[in-house]
Amino acid sequence: AVFAVAGGRGTAWASTEDTQKAIDAFTGGAAPQSGRITLNAPEIAENGNTVPVSVAVDSPMTDDDYVAAVMILAEGNPNPNVATLHFTPMSGSADVTTRMRLAKTQNVIALAKMNDGSVFMDKKEVKVTIGGCGG
Amino acid sequence: GRWTRALAQQQLSEDALLSMEPFGNVTLVHVTDIHAQLKPVYFREPSVNLGVGEVAGLPPHVTGADFLELYNIEPGSPEAYALTYEDFTALARTYGRMGGMDRVATVVKRIRAERGDNMLLLDGGDTWQGSYTANKTLGADMVEVMNALGPDAMTGHWEFTYGADRVTELVDGLPFPFLGSNIYDAEWNEPAFEPMTMFERGGVNIAVIGQAFPYTPIANPRWMIPGWSFGIREEDIAAHVQEARADGADLVVLLSHNGFDVDRKLASRVDGIDVILTGHTHDALPEPVIVNDTLLIASGSNGKFVSRLDLDVRDGAMKGFSYRLIPVFADVIAPDAEMAALIDKVRAPYEAELARELARTDTLLYRRGNFNGTMDDLICQALLEEREADIALSPGFRWGTSVLPGDAITVEDLHTACAMTYPAVYRSTMSGQVIRDILEDVADNLFNPDPYYQQGGDMVRVGGMSYTIAPTADMGSRISDMTVLKTGEPIDPGRDYVVSGWASVNENTEGPAIWDVVEAWLKDNPVVTLKENGSVRIAG
Amino acid sequence: MAESKPRVKVPKSASKGDVVTIKTLISHPMESGQRKDKEGNPIPRKIINKFTCTFNGKEVFSGDLDPAIAANPYFEFNAKVDESGTFVFTWVDDDGSVYTTEAAIEVN
Ligand SMILES: [Mn+2]
Ligand SMILES: [Mn+2]
Repeated sequence: AVFAVAGGRGTAWASTEDTQKAIDAFTGGAAPQSGRITLNAPEIAENGNTVPVSVAVDSPMTDDDYVAAVMILAEGNPNPNVATLHFTPMSGSADVTTRMRLAKTQNVIALAKMNDGSVFMDKKEVKVTIGGCGG
Repeated sequence: GRWTRALAQQQLSEDALLSMEPFGNVTLVHVTDIHAQLKPVYFREPSVNLGVGEVAGLPPHVTGADFLELYNIEPGSPEAYALTYEDFTALARTYGRMGGMDRVATVVKRIRAERGDNMLLLDGGDTWQGSYTANKTLGADMVEVMNALGPDAMTGHWEFTYGADRVTELVDGLPFPFLGSNIYDAEWNEPAFEPMTMFERGGVNIAVIGQAFPYTPIANPRWMIPGWSFGIREEDIAAHVQEARADGADLVVLLSHNGFDVDRKLASRVDGIDVILTGHTHDALPEPVIVNDTLLIASGSNGKFVSRLDLDVRDGAMKGFSYRLIPVFADVIAPDAEMAALIDKVRAPYEAELARELARTDTLLYRRGNFNGTMDDLICQALLEEREADIALSPGFRWGTSVLPGDAITVEDLHTACAMTYPAVYRSTMSGQVIRDILEDVADNLFNPDPYYQQGGDMVRVGGMSYTIAPTADMGSRISDMTVLKTGEPIDPGRDYVVSGWASVNENTEGPAIWDVVEAWLKDNPVVTLKENGSVRIAG
Repeated sequence: MAESKPRVKVPKSASKGDVVTIKTLISHPMESGQRKDKEGNPIPRKIINKFTCTFNGKEVFSGDLDPAIAANPYFEFNAKVDESGTFVFTWVDDDGSVYTTEAAIEVN
């Protein structure tokens, strides 16, 4: 093939409900707020098979006030779950970078759950393109 | 004719073009997107250069008569010829070719003589690719010429299409830094290039941060540079600005290959950058665009212009500026003898082949423009006929110069339109759906309302088919009415078509080189006459 | 399948109370369970599903991984070090295999 087209027909994509279900399971019902969490990913993926994603949460990371967990979701993948990361006060800061697969252009979502149960959310659209032809 | 030309050029003199009342204490000289054009060229600026979203109607998305009006330029004047497509053929005959690195050297040397050590020469990249000789020498001719010109730093884009090993070899040999704050090693996520350099000029500390083309591994073959990851990485630029200020920078300059709209957005979001020297989108603007106290400078392409930006920097801040976009009229600015000799030397082994005539053209040949250019019409025609295809695709590169009607098409002209390291012409079957997906994908790279999602090329050119495009429609729904020209039938998403194209980013693409395919076609078509291209209709 | 080889980058030394950056990689195909072989049969899922980093026996950071994590899982995270000691990194495969590696840090 001359142009590689990501994904493909006949693939069962995750539904909005799947993503909402995953969010609910993580938050335990708390409404996600904005702020404190920053999701960073490239605007356009260089390779849908390995897309860097970073999450940073503003937290003192002390025994009394820390980020318990971060969940990363890709709402346009066959299954929205990417990873759930667990921090401790020994993490020093709640920062993580990993690499994920994105089947097509979609929103990537990050949620942070604090030790007091409050939840913060950020999202970013990542384009997965055919590539080439520009210049 | 000669008489008109001589008369017009009397109004121009080297002194008038280059003299400038010196201002302030520091001068930045910027060249970018030279695309290996050692000799003077004709380069027609675009007639269609649409902006979408917030930048609709703003420079550089202003062309032709609107451009002349916006900048108060007299139609038919040298500036009108240099900056717009209006009356291009006639004005080209009047004012002649532009650029040539020997003329650029004259300009640079004169500024250097005036400003002494208070000057930085910065190269925005796309310097080493775009000609027959650059391709043959894998960039060595340009490296030799640029080293003689003496830039203080550069960044890059098409440079990377020589592959990681060659780039590393050439960069290691440079007597100045190749900066790329946004290039990371793909495995351990660590900086792969020097991100910035601090210079001291005229008592001013100048931090120059380099930004390579963020989408190099997407717009060009990733397999050639598997170990490097790019991206806009706005947060890194912001961090470098902070770092530079903390280290005592009085002036912060971003030497950028982002493309104009990306840089405009970046300037609005990252504080503390005094000057962005933009590149990649090949725009030439006679005045800086000012965003959030940042001066955005657009210095054109192909050696047509040299930017001179005089700055008054005092007490750690930029207090004022004076700017001149210097048009390099090749018949007016005398070539620098030393540089001319060097250019002759690097071209000597190829000179006979470069001058070989392939055909003549009755039609003005050019490429630049959002949707089509006659040079690509010619290429598409060659692809359709030589490769017996239903549909031809030609990439929307912004490089490639112009050939005037009545002139010969030489080997040099042909290669200037297609000199690259992945020239294979493929011939394959694609469903109507895949063809549509490709057009939609490229359209979004050009017209996404958020500049950070744009790649800065023009639309892929088509042969054998027509379509309607609505630039402001949503991603995935801009393209309609795709039609096969031969039969007048709509393109069927479920049917297969024979498609021929070139410059695929996929490894192991097979087929003859594009220049061989076009040369074969020119042999059968010794006089090129192209009809008006009506294959793209713009809606909305 | 090639052996899963873990690699880590940990500073050799730090000052007490520093927050240091740790990088880890393990070679692994992360077979998602979504793909089919040439005959059209589904290729069974086989991924690293758990990654853990401890310091002197106490957990610093861990992750539950889903099939959308890219091949050769990469993690970059931080750790606050108050004493010299040893980081232990553990990766758990769907097939029950456990891969580990260690890195010592001198804190003064
Ligand atoms: Mn360019
Ligand atoms: Mn470029």
